[in-house]
Amino acid sequence: MEVEETRLPGIGLRHDLVTASGRRIGVVSQSTGARHVVLYDEVDPDAAAATVELTAEEADAVAELLGAPRITERLSRLREQVSGLATEGVPILPGSPYVGATLGDTALRTRTGASVVAVLRAGEAIASPRPDFRFQAGDRLIVVGTADGVARVRDLLRSP
Amino acid sequence: MSDAARLLVELGAVVLGLGVLGRFAGRVGLSPVPLYLLAGLAFGTGGLVPLDAPEEFIEAGADVGVVLLLLVLGLEYTAGELVTNLRRQAPVGVLDLLLNGLPGAAFALLLGWGPTAAVAMFGVTAISSSGIVSKVLTDLGRLGNRETPAVLGVLVLEDLAMAGYLPVLTALVAASGGASAAASIAVALGVLALVLVVALRHGHVLDRAIGTGSDEVLLLSVLGLALLVAGGAEAVHVSAAVGAFLLGIALSGELVERLRPLLGPLRDLFAAVFFVFAGLSIDPNDLPAVLLPALGLAAVGVLTKVATGWVAGRRAGVGPAGRLRAGAALVPRGEFSLIIAGLVGGAVVPEFGATVAAYVLVLAVFGPLAPRLADPLARRLAVRAAERTAQQRAAP
Repeated sequence: MEVEETRLPGIGLRHDLVTASGRRIGVVSQSTGARHVVLYDEVDPDAAAATVELTAEEADAVAELLGAPRITERLSRLREQVSGLATEGVPILPGSPYVGATLGDTALRTRTGASVVAVLRAGEAIASPRPDFRFQAGDRLIVVGTADGVARVRDLLRSP
Repeated sequence: MSDAARLLVELGAVVLGLGVLGRFAGRVGLSPVPLYLLAGLAFGTGGLVPLDAPEEFIEAGADVGVVLLLLVLGLEYTAGELVTNLRRQAPVGVLDLLLNGLPGAAFALLLGWGPTAAVAMFGVTAISSSGIVSKVLTDLGRLGNRETPAVLGVLVLEDLAMAGYLPVLTALVAASGGASAAASIAVALGVLALVLVVALRHGHVLDRAIGTGSDEVLLLSVLGLALLVAGGAEAVHVSAAVGAFLLGIALSGELVERLRPLLGPLRDLFAAVFFVFAGLSIDPNDLPAVLLPALGLAAVGVLTKVATGWVAGRRAGVGPAGRLRAGAALVPRGEFSLIIAGLVGGAVVPEFGATVAAYVLVLAVFGPLAPRLADPLARRLAVRAAERTAQQRAAP
């Protein structure tokens, strides 16, 4: 699969790809923040058969619907592709001192060099948690870093 | 009625009338530009309802309109984007200008209008209306189409070419003798190159200098700066329009995001005033005489733009249907042709202005319809292309 990126001078960017079933779909990102989802015509693959305009908020919602469940899958593939990179799910156990703390409070990246790229909570993945993300008991943090760094995150989160 | 009262009443009637026309244009899917132009024709000398009081006021508004039109256009581009486009698309740009400009120049020479008018007509017929074209593409939901980058690329190059062309024309019109014309062109192009380099290298300094403060402060400083730069450019014969365009290019980044909603409404108002003024300055009684030649020139202009779009589309690897759509999209002419007519004014032959007005009226009305008219043919081309691919695949 290849995603093609095209500049639209004065308007923004267009990304498009051809699906395995042979249909072309694309996204036009305007510099104003508006997004258009484009379905291309079956007979004339150069022409848009349907275009749906999304506000920034709607685009985020659609992205989350399409993207979130695939994050863990993508991570496992990443682990295979890049040698020297370790990924691990580290749980926040009930009673841990980190329950209620924010990601920023833990300063994990500064202390270990490893990054929290996602948090699994109640069967859902929260991608790219921000520094003000607050942990709950039962969260599973997806940590990416060197094997050493990931091990240190595990140790830090388990010991008070 | 006192003078102030008359000015306000007449101005109010004009602006309200434009609002009504704009609404009508939106309802029937026309561009409002030709309607504004017609309104100007009706209000001008020899028109249906001649106005007297606000003409000077409207003239000043029209000058501000040109500055705002080009400033906002420049904001849409970054200097880097222009350079990349120039590198990748230069052959199409040259073809576009020659194919579309030469018929205009030949037209002026055939009618014996002289060399300055020929240079002016070259620009009038060569440059599509970026405003109308991008509006039509958006309205028809074609931003995602694969030929659209090719269309936009041609528009970008035309805008860039215009920045080199207008100073030459301004200098030609201003200068009387041959030697002084060459000198003023050299000065104009020198200033242009200087500004472009400064914009490329040091644009961010400008952003930082005026990017602080409230929206109100930002609006006032950018508008003031734009008028100053435009005035300065006009004084050295680079033309106000080009000055404003270059300032728009120099401004970039976050500042553009803030400026767009601030300047947009202002641009819409003053651009409408500009189109009205373009109509005002023409006596409608001159139109019937030039209508037939203008129609002929417009017919040629449609064909040459379709050919340009076809070539641009093929270079972009688009199928035959997309190539036709690209050509049809490029047909509208508008603000630039009128800016050129305003620059030249009565400096050449008296019928120049009326001819350009008629030409723009025809192509600003027909232009937005062209993509829709071309669609059935494009569809047939697409079906045929699809069948051919299927046959090739079926053949052993």
